Amino acid sequence: MASSTYIANIPRRSGVRVLYDRLRGGDEIAYLVTLACAVATLLIVALLVGELWINSQPTVKTFGWHFLTSSRWDPNSGNFGALPFIYGTCVTSFLALLIAIPLGVAASVFLAEMAPPKLSNILTFLIELLAAVPSVIYGLLGIFILVPLIRDYLVPVLTKLFGYLPIFSGDFYGVSFLSAGMVLAIMVVPFIVSVSREVLLAVPTDQREAALALGATKWETTWQIVIPNALTGIFGSIFLALARALGETMAVTMVIGNTPKITASLLSPGYSIAAVIANEFAEASGDLYVSSLMFLGLVLFGLTIIINAVARILILTTQKRGA
Amino acid sequence: MNPALIGSPSQPVTLSDAKLSAKDLSFYYGTFQALYNISLSIAPHKITAFIGPSGCGKSTFLRTMNRMNEILRNTRVEGELTLDGQDLLAMDVTTVRRRVGMVFQKSNPFPKSIFDNVAYGLRVNGMHKRSVVEEAVERSLTHAALWTEVKDKLNKPATALSGGQQQRLCIARALAVEPEVLLLDEPCSALDPIATLKIEELLFEIKSLTTIVIVTHNMQQAARLADYTGFFFMGKLVEFDDTRVMFQNPHKKETEDYITGRFG
Repeated sequence: MASSTYIANIPRRSGVRVLYDRLRGGDEIAYLVTLACAVATLLIVALLVGELWINSQPTVKTFGWHFLTSSRWDPNSGNFGALPFIYGTCVTSFLALLIAIPLGVAASVFLAEMAPPKLSNILTFLIELLAAVPSVIYGLLGIFILVPLIRDYLVPVLTKLFGYLPIFSGDFYGVSFLSAGMVLAIMVVPFIVSVSREVLLAVPTDQREAALALGATKWETTWQIVIPNALTGIFGSIFLALARALGETMAVTMVIGNTPKITASLLSPGYSIAAVIANEFAEASGDLYVSSLMFLGLVLFGLTIIINAVARILILTTQKRGA
Repeated sequence: MNPALIGSPSQPVTLSDAKLSAKDLSFYYGTFQALYNISLSIAPHKITAFIGPSGCGKSTFLRTMNRMNEILRNTRVEGELTLDGQDLLAMDVTTVRRRVGMVFQKSNPFPKSIFDNVAYGLRVNGMHKRSVVEEAVERSLTHAALWTEVKDKLNKPATALSGGQQQRLCIARALAVEPEVLLLDEPCSALDPIATLKIEELLFEIKSLTTIVIVTHNMQQAARLADYTGFFFMGKLVEFDDTRVMFQNPHKKETEDYITGRFG
């Protein structure tokens, strides 16, 4: 009885008044504002895809799925095929990861586990600076420093040792898949190093202590306990690197050779999706040409999503097995 | 019980057959001195407990006994520490840690299966023969009073076990390499009374296998479990004696004050 009397004593307020009080409380405002931001980001992606799709309709209607499997790119005769660019994007990104993963992961293990904290912080700062360098600078670095080095030192060795392999056959003119892949590798290493180092440092001390207390050496602890603990995060850093490599435009354009050809040899020039869009969009004449470039943009978008999804599934399955 | 110790004047306790022995042991974190001239002997196949308020140095002392403090930078040990009469501070550190095992305050199973957790110590010490590893895993889990609970799910992740089970798993993992000494750093502080009781019972059982040194905040636990008890305060070993003497008739006023709850 007493409690019901008490409740009845609370003054009744109008609906507007209550709403105003609730809004002032902050929960509703916070909910609405954050919801709006979340919806906005999704909306931007949807608009992007929608716009690309609408503008690529002439190509879709003319070539259909054949656009993806055709390797002819001849604007003069009106033939457009995406395969050389898909191939170039995949090959250069794969090559970049092949070089950058071992380099980056090993460097992050050194910085997180081996180096004295002061040295580690200084080196990490310098490496993270590399991530802020504009890609056109990496392109220049590629043209003026890396390509001559590859031509004078790396390619003679590769052709001598592995010349019988198709991937190292043919002549080398400087601009090539190999050059683009190596420039990309240098560009993505900072991402792998800085994120992997963070996740290695975040592995709880008690995990290290548990292994050491059983008589494991420092390296055994690092290799068998710390790295497996950090594996998900290390994969995360590799995704970040992959996303950067797939979409990188400027630096790749400067060293890949811009030749829409599919060749097995890494020493040959090629082309990538991002590079062809950047190079040819401004001077593209005719609806079909423009819409083909639009469609290529959509393909790059799809490629990124597919590769990321496959990698994520791969991680999930290894995690289930390892747990 | 060692007759030489009962009713003998307290500290430093010296034993001719001491498993572990410290003499004038001091420890520094940088310039901060955490331990002052600790001298004591740990009797083999007994349970020795260290009690004292937080920050008194009991855990630090425990962690010098398997040289776990060495993973921290800027630390320094002075004095003598011997294991079976050999200089522990000069031994190969992985050998020390295999012979002197450790269980931590927070259970810390690896994110691996139950089996692989217990087998880790064996494998890292070079034992890969499947039959031997399997046998050792079963034996260790049995000693840790966990075998019947997990024998049907050895391939399940260890992190899915309850807190008490995880801590017993960590004890099993430590026992698998057959350590001569087992150090336990407040192993029950995060556990409920029933899980605590289980661990106390199993420690009592494995006394025959190994020498046990336990740090605890729980004075009843020390009184129930330990053959010998040491009281640390401000980095010094105030008193070290037979547990009954420590709790019923302590020689030092600080010990009495702490045990009766007047401070700490």
